[in-house]
Amino acid sequence: MNVHISASRSPAPVLRVEGLSKQFEMHHLKRTLFAFENIEFELGEGEFILLRGENGAGKSTLLRTLYRSYLPRAGHAYYHTSEGVIDLASAADVDIAVLRRREIGFVTQFLNARPRVAAEEIVAEPLRLVGMPHVEALAEARRWLAAFGVKPQLWPAYPSTFSGGEQQKVNLARALILPQRLLLLDEPTASLDRSARRALVERLAELKASGVAMIGVFHHPEDVAHLIDREIQLETIRIADEPDDVAE
Amino acid sequence: MTLQKLTRPWTAFNYGFLDESAKRELRRRILKAIAVPGYQVPYASREVPIARGWGTGGLQVTLTLLKPTSVVKVIDQGADDSVNASSIRKFVGRVGGAVETEDTMEATIIQSRHRIPEEKLREDQILVLQVPNPEPLRPVQPDMSVAREMHGDADYGQLWLILYEQLVKAGRIMQGSSYPSMVNGRHVMTPSPIPRWDVPKLNQADHLTILSAGREKRIFAVPPYTSVEPLVFDDVPYRVEDHQDKTCYRSDVSGFFMNELPQDDGSSLYELSDSHFGVKNIQKSEGEAIEIGETWYKNGRVK
Amino acid sequence: MAAAYFDGRATGVERQPPRLMLAEPILTMRGIARSYGDVRALAGVDATVYPGEVLGIVGESGSGKSTLLRMMNLEDTPDAGTYHLALPGHEDRNLFTLDRFERRMLRAHHIGIVYQNPHLGLLMNHTSSGNVAERLLIAGKRNFAELRERARESLDASEFPIERMDARPRELSGGMQQRVQLAKAIALEPAVLLLDEPTTGLDVSVQALVLDTLKRLQRDRRITMVLVSHDLGVIRTMADRVMVMRRGEVVEQGLADQIFQDPQHEYTQQLVHAKL
Repeated sequence: MNVHISASRSPAPVLRVEGLSKQFEMHHLKRTLFAFENIEFELGEGEFILLRGENGAGKSTLLRTLYRSYLPRAGHAYYHTSEGVIDLASAADVDIAVLRRREIGFVTQFLNARPRVAAEEIVAEPLRLVGMPHVEALAEARRWLAAFGVKPQLWPAYPSTFSGGEQQKVNLARALILPQRLLLLDEPTASLDRSARRALVERLAELKASGVAMIGVFHHPEDVAHLIDREIQLETIRIADEPDDVAE
Repeated sequence: MTLQKLTRPWTAFNYGFLDESAKRELRRRILKAIAVPGYQVPYASREVPIARGWGTGGLQVTLTLLKPTSVVKVIDQGADDSVNASSIRKFVGRVGGAVETEDTMEATIIQSRHRIPEEKLREDQILVLQVPNPEPLRPVQPDMSVAREMHGDADYGQLWLILYEQLVKAGRIMQGSSYPSMVNGRHVMTPSPIPRWDVPKLNQADHLTILSAGREKRIFAVPPYTSVEPLVFDDVPYRVEDHQDKTCYRSDVSGFFMNELPQDDGSSLYELSDSHFGVKNIQKSEGEAIEIGETWYKNGRVK
Repeated sequence: MAAAYFDGRATGVERQPPRLMLAEPILTMRGIARSYGDVRALAGVDATVYPGEVLGIVGESGSGKSTLLRMMNLEDTPDAGTYHLALPGHEDRNLFTLDRFERRMLRAHHIGIVYQNPHLGLLMNHTSSGNVAERLLIAGKRNFAELRERARESLDASEFPIERMDARPRELSGGMQQRVQLAKAIALEPAVLLLDEPTTGLDVSVQALVLDTLKRLQRDRRITMVLVSHDLGVIRTMADRVMVMRRGEVVEQGLADQIFQDPQHEYTQQLVHAKL
């Protein structure tokens, strides 16, 4: 009986990616754009992976493929849920929708602004969806809006009227308020002011400590250097002489 | 063999004016109408010697039901002596040898326009109501083939909607006569233009009511002991006309449906709408030995 | 069954049947085919809708999307195919076997619809509140005060100006007429709300307000919706999942963000890029 498993800590697995490939068929151009090929990695609870690579190497594309905004061409992304392992690469759309609602978060700098919903309600919504009473959810939402430096007079206002920077803070507060199991971070710090950036990094550290697994693309990786467990280097795939800026 | 032996002697008209084949058709339609209470059965409305719209539907039913021992009463808005009522009564007497009467209790067949007598009808009496427009859905659905589908589906939402909007706009239901009523929980019918006062008399009645529209060629029926429920909301009770406390100026009787007689000074006098019921009450008060039947309304209330 | 979830694309990984979705689908259609004379309107279409989601069906005119929606409203019976709605307390039956009366009752109680043309959905000469009340009356509600209250509540939820609740639809603007249709459709909390080009033909600003109301209703009441539109912008604003139809067939379906960001089928790519 092997009692001595690896001496180092071995966190519970969250995601195991095998041979994941993505390319885009542009029918009207009769062209195939290659994004990444044969990606392999594992991610455990509380681990943080930084994606590196030059512009166009497919960092954002990989995040979006894991989130299933993009459909992978081949490979697997085995995700461990409480109900068993599910392959994100081929799971049914409704299952992905459930996971997105329950445990996989995607944090980007873009807000999908919804008209006539107050900032604090937008932030509180994920809490309400998991059953927290309205008043408590609002209190928590305000705490996070404050932490990201959104002025109190903006809390009951509609973010569709906010500046880009303020919208982004609301967006981050919403995306991070509910601890997820897997968090995909697509340059969340871009164009954030210093205090908001600090709040964000603090929150990420807190989430990491609570076991949230994270994969991130950062403009300034030094902000999160102390959180990074591993790095994955994506290489640009060059086919002929095509530019390959495929991420939108 | 002569031709004369093969045929019957010439007569001016068949017994009861309608020929036997016409009566047979009507009997079959009536039986179907009784079998499906409230359902409008189409029939081939024959020509009779009065104008369409003056009771030809009721007359054809009366003529079909007629036998030499029949006692027939005909009323128009409650009155036995209107020109139309007495013409029809005389016609029925002449072509069928029936006894004519004005007394509700004596009659075996009562043909009526727009009223039901105040004295309760018995199992051995038949009420024939003249119907100008048999289709309760006409106000909401001008296309009669669609209306028939709606009956088939018991799709009466729009009828209720009319009542809803009357309540919204006027605070009360404005439907005076022809109050749409659910028969046997299935078909909505118009009870013909009788006042709201008379509709409860059809519910679980002892007598058979046949409703016939000659111009529109439809017969429908309320068999004895059948429910007839005016369409009403749970929280807005059905109301009959406020005649409970009106008193007839001729007979001094109160608590029945009245005709209003406007006076020159702006006031109104009231007289019993059921004219022979008034006559009997006067005769009785003058000491004659007159039997007045049980009435549906007592002290201005049903039952 | 797996075939139902395979979208036949060359470039994507084949998708598995659902496993995590705890709730059963609320609406399931299989193999819906319908021809009108020589015209094939639907060529064996499958559709699945889950509780609380918005399924967007997009396609140009003649793609069969509206025909499919009419089938969902049991207004027409296909030549082939089955249709099930998961209704608590109801026997699970292929709804196309229901007769006209049963269909009417099912529609009255469990299906709401908003048509592009308000004349199809409204009694133009009755009051707006009456239009809502009629639906409740068909379902057997007979208490005037309750009808009044529920009509008011439903119109209010549709962000219809309550002070005009007794105006007739023909006196109202197109946007307001759509709100009356919506109030009528949600008055009985339908299992599924069908929207057939609900904002087509409205001014752009009015369209945005009506869509906003729909979004609010969806968020606050988690009403399951099927939205048919030729307008990708409308679909993008509203839908969780999208089905792309062309010539009576589903060419592609997927999560809304995937359809818009990474369309697989040539036709979908054309649609999306034509829009952008």
